[in-house]
Amino acid sequence: MGHTKHNAIVRALFNDDDIVLSAVKDLRANGFHVSEVYSPFPIHGLDEAMGLKRTRLSTAAFCYGLTGLFFASWLTYYTMIMDWPQNIGGKPNSMWFLNMPSFVPVMFELTVFFAAHLMCWSYFAVNGLYPGAKAQNPDPRTTDDHFLMEVELEGDEDALNKKLKDLGALEISKIEA
Amino acid sequence: MHYESPVRNPLILGDKSYSDITNDIAKPVESKAPRAWWIAFSIAFVMFLWGVGNILYTIGTGIGVWGLNKTVDWAWDITNFVWWVGIGHAGTLISAVLLLFRQKWRMAINRSAEAMTIFSVIQAGLFPLIHMGRIWMAYWVMPIPNQFGSLWVNFNSPLLWDVFAISTYLTVSTVFWYVGLIPDFAMIRDRAINPVQKHIYKLLSFGWGGKAKHWQRFEEVSLVLAGLATPLVLSVHTIVSFDFATSVIPGWHTTIFPPYFVAGAIFSGFAMVQTLLLIVRKIFKMEDYINIEHIEMMNIVIMVTGSIVGVAYITELFVAWYSGVEYEQYAFLNRATGPYWWAYWSMMTCNVFSPQLMWSKKLRTNLVFTFVISIVVNIGMWFERFVIIVTSIHRDYLPSSWSMFSPTFVDIGIYIGTIGFFFVLFLLYARTFPVIAQAELKTILKSSGENFKKHHDEHGAH
Repeated sequence: MGHTKHNAIVRALFNDDDIVLSAVKDLRANGFHVSEVYSPFPIHGLDEAMGLKRTRLSTAAFCYGLTGLFFASWLTYYTMIMDWPQNIGGKPNSMWFLNMPSFVPVMFELTVFFAAHLMCWSYFAVNGLYPGAKAQNPDPRTTDDHFLMEVELEGDEDALNKKLKDLGALEISKIEA
Repeated sequence: MHYESPVRNPLILGDKSYSDITNDIAKPVESKAPRAWWIAFSIAFVMFLWGVGNILYTIGTGIGVWGLNKTVDWAWDITNFVWWVGIGHAGTLISAVLLLFRQKWRMAINRSAEAMTIFSVIQAGLFPLIHMGRIWMAYWVMPIPNQFGSLWVNFNSPLLWDVFAISTYLTVSTVFWYVGLIPDFAMIRDRAINPVQKHIYKLLSFGWGGKAKHWQRFEEVSLVLAGLATPLVLSVHTIVSFDFATSVIPGWHTTIFPPYFVAGAIFSGFAMVQTLLLIVRKIFKMEDYINIEHIEMMNIVIMVTGSIVGVAYITELFVAWYSGVEYEQYAFLNRATGPYWWAYWSMMTCNVFSPQLMWSKKLRTNLVFTFVISIVVNIGMWFERFVIIVTSIHRDYLPSSWSMFSPTFVDIGIYIGTIGFFFVLFLLYARTFPVIAQAELKTILKSSGENFKKHHDEHGAH
């Protein structure tokens, strides 16, 4: 997000979600760039505090759902009206629209099917999640009760370290990029 | 920020920290199975094998081995199918509808309830498959162009709608469940010591690391899936009820069926959740997470949906009388006073009378009573499906073809087998999966944990 070149990253470990959230707000207000926070559970308001954009997965799901709806409409049209129309219980089959009420259940199910599955595949893809992938969190404690923050190092390292200590960091380490 | 009204009872009891939650929920996975687990598993496994044998016998010989006859051509198989699908509904209701309503108490029970959903829908799916007789032709239900001519599946048929509904429901429930499980598998992966275990949970956790962006997407995906699953779960039992409602059989051809079936499904599903969770919390010592508060809430849902079911039964009787159609009237008279009167009155007692006892706070917060009622309700809901199916068709329009149905040992064996299969899956799940959504639960610790709430009450908010 604009920060293409950075030299090093400072990692700070915390043990409370409220402290992490206020630390992120404080650091951002002071011009630091918090590039990542690893947490054991979602922290409400953290995405806004870090300046993350809204996810577009729900928009994607809507489009996937529409795809499913169109697919179901085409499928029922092709099989029931165009390819082999039959008289089934006297239901009108001259036009898709007239026969449509009895296709509603299948149209609904396929809408949900496409929206849910394709959204989940997208979710796995954008998060880089797949069976057997290497754990993304550098510190295993962040799935238990610790919170790891990554701050890009720009300028005075000691000042940043002191700042993080003051904000409640338990451990601080530096990673060369 | 973490304030919650003192009127609300704590959902997490005891003096818990985030780490305590991790430890408590990882414990059943990391420790050796208790003796009770092995006993239950052995019994379930034997039942499962007996069911497999009976299914193979059915497939090998044909469905003539069941007790069906020319008049009663649907009986135990479809009863069991509807019963299992219905049980499944509570899981989705808990994880999706209660998520949309922001009910925090769902977090302790949603994982197991969804597991129950998936495992019971698997049982349900078995029945239509084996009732096909030639199960190797099962792919004919798919809309695929075939080499036998361009005859397609019939999209006007509720039976085909059911194929789409059940398969969508099963697969969407599974991904919904799995998306929620990934962070919890990562938790087990990160603390596993045994290399084999670590490797398995590494595979299962998909590399989850809990990045801020990923949590943001996680919450969005959970919300959208809940929004999709809510109408889905209602559609599934609606479509199951269409199997009956779109026919011209007296007793089946009623417009009340969809809401009536959905209410019955939630009713029986919550009862099954109660049965399972009362055992799970005891065996795995989860009493602090699944406490009286949760059980009382579920009992209230059972009471409300049981009452809806009761109203539906009475409405059916009224409409049969009011319609003036003598076939319709006879169908209901025959249910209540005919040769299957005992099934009808078992249904009425179990489903309409027994949940009314939950009006008493003393009874609905009593664990033994809850356990007994949860089983009574499931027996009642099985009878409901049996009554609807068998008593409606055993005396049809032609008195000369009236008959009775009695199950053979194969009918009973397959039913027992599915109960065994269900418990085999559930018991394996309970030993290897985090049975409570711990990541979600940690988000409510500060607002609904007993220690934090006490602290707020003593020192004021924040």
